[in-house]
Amino acid sequence: MLEAFLTSTIAMATPILLAALGELLVEETGIINIGIEGAMLAGAFFALSGVYFTGSVAIGLMCGIGAAIAINAMLGALVINLAVNQVVAGTALDILAAGITGVFYRRFFGITGKAFIVTPLRAIGLGPLARVPILGPMLFDQSPLVYFAFLLVPVIGWMMRRTRYGLRLRAAGERPEAADALGLHVYSLRWQALIVSGALTGVAGAFLTVAYANTFVENISAGRGFVALAVVILGRRNAWGLAAASILFGAAMALQFGLQALGTAIPYQLFLALPYALTLFVLAFVGGQSSDPSALGVPYSRS
Amino acid sequence: MLGTIGKPAAAIALAIALISLVLLALGASPAGVFIALWQGAFGNWIAFTDSLVKATPLVFTGLAIAVAFSAALWNIGADGQLVIGAIAAGAVGPFLEGWPRPLALSVVLLVGALGGAGWSGICGYLRARRNTNEVISTIMLNFVAAQILSWTVHGPLMETSRAYPESMPIASSAEMYMFAPPTRLNAGMLLALLLAVAIFFFLFRSAAGFQLRAMGKNRRAANFFGIPIASITIWTMALSGALAGLGGAVQIAAINHRLYEKVSPGWGFEAIAIALVARLNPLAIVAAAIFFGALDNGSQAMQRAEGVSPVLVQVIQAMVILILLAFDTSAWGNIRDAIARGRATQAPSEAAADA
Repeated sequence: MLEAFLTSTIAMATPILLAALGELLVEETGIINIGIEGAMLAGAFFALSGVYFTGSVAIGLMCGIGAAIAINAMLGALVINLAVNQVVAGTALDILAAGITGVFYRRFFGITGKAFIVTPLRAIGLGPLARVPILGPMLFDQSPLVYFAFLLVPVIGWMMRRTRYGLRLRAAGERPEAADALGLHVYSLRWQALIVSGALTGVAGAFLTVAYANTFVENISAGRGFVALAVVILGRRNAWGLAAASILFGAAMALQFGLQALGTAIPYQLFLALPYALTLFVLAFVGGQSSDPSALGVPYSRS
Repeated sequence: MLGTIGKPAAAIALAIALISLVLLALGASPAGVFIALWQGAFGNWIAFTDSLVKATPLVFTGLAIAVAFSAALWNIGADGQLVIGAIAAGAVGPFLEGWPRPLALSVVLLVGALGGAGWSGICGYLRARRNTNEVISTIMLNFVAAQILSWTVHGPLMETSRAYPESMPIASSAEMYMFAPPTRLNAGMLLALLLAVAIFFFLFRSAAGFQLRAMGKNRRAANFFGIPIASITIWTMALSGALAGLGGAVQIAAINHRLYEKVSPGWGFEAIAIALVARLNPLAIVAAAIFFGALDNGSQAMQRAEGVSPVLVQVIQAMVILILLAFDTSAWGNIRDAIARGRATQAPSEAAADA
């Protein structure tokens, strides 16, 4: 029971962590990407479609990544080059992704009634480590995408805090005018962050369908992209903090399934609402706002 | 004036062109889809009146968005606020049997508005006092509201036979005035129209509305000039939520008559498209809401006739927003300048000749 709960916690945390790491990059350069939910949903649908129609997980992942990057590129054109309101553009992209995935899904699978199912991306057990009681399955018997997500944590943490490139990204979000004056290309840095973030969000979406559910239902992302926005703040814009916050949300989601299965008298909706309420509580009372990049959400016009 | 109508019309035309490409890719006939949409929306008297019925909650949520966005408060939570308003109305409604209708109806609408105001007021308060980003807080409360609705219809408000996840019907005395049965034309649409006019005068002809819009243009400058931004933030969010909540209560009183597990198909998000198309002008919101309501109404007929999912309407809405955003930005000016500068550096003699 505990083993299953812990394993499920890490699995639930993975898409949130991947999306949050991407969002971290983007926000450090000064963009808040509300469209992340749509990018994840598009990634989920097109990754599964890719696997379904070609039988190749690799091609499926590429399709998912490509779809999410396409959503982020639309955002980039609007908020970086045309300097439009980031919240409105992001919301529109969320609606767009929900609409497009819904239309394609029902066109291909709703009418024919064909099952939209693929063979799941299997977990890879790391030899004897996976058989360690309690912690083994949680840490060493997971989908490759889980290892990928958690290995990215030190990489992105190091890149943002210890490398010149990370400093440049942060400069674009803190003082874009100053960065520009020093010869950095603010637009280009923001674009790079958006593309990388799109790839990570695409993998997050692909994880939901290809590694976790093995099928698609409309709106399968179910707000996880929005949770990733919260995780960035809750994790105090630090890669390790993001991992911890993602695991917390993963645990809340896993707990809700566990308790539903146990059939307790507590209404299950409480557990479904809990992660969102917790996010709001943390945002309001634990803080983290002061660490926001100064130019977050502010379009930068080079004039 | 031509520009204010021309741009949204051009955006809608461009969206339709792009949608046609998507439909062709899907192997559906664009002409068939748009004819079915039109027939379903305006094909006969019942279809036409139903389009107005579908537009009603969109007017309420569109006004909610217009009020908040005018103050640069990015309320993404009109959906949740509408749901809370509907829950409040659906919870109180069954207990008003035998009350005189004007009173019972007023109570139902009032608790709906208060519910929505309280829900968004949380986010307004947190923004004003704790500087909590209202984008995130309103999104989070959308999810919480949806779960509260699910819990109430399975739990405390579940109908007494406990067979269906729905509440008891509201008292007949609390039902909205219907104008022309069998159509579903009702006083809710009238209320929406009156409110659109009232919000127009509030935003553009009152001192409070001026302060609200000044804060929206530049929060720091408004603060500098002594505009009380903390209290305006809280009251603006509360007003925005009250409008959305009222929309939920009207839906319960006029159409649903009881709570189900789902109240809103995403009216709070659709409202962002509507408010944007209407450029945050409350009177234009009525027209935009009727357009979007007709799309929603026609989408069912489109599905029956052409086998295209009604969520296609969401794609149309999103494209209209994206195209309008791209049209509306002042950044085109900057880009033109940059191109001009680029030319100037390439050909200094020409630039000098121009000067």
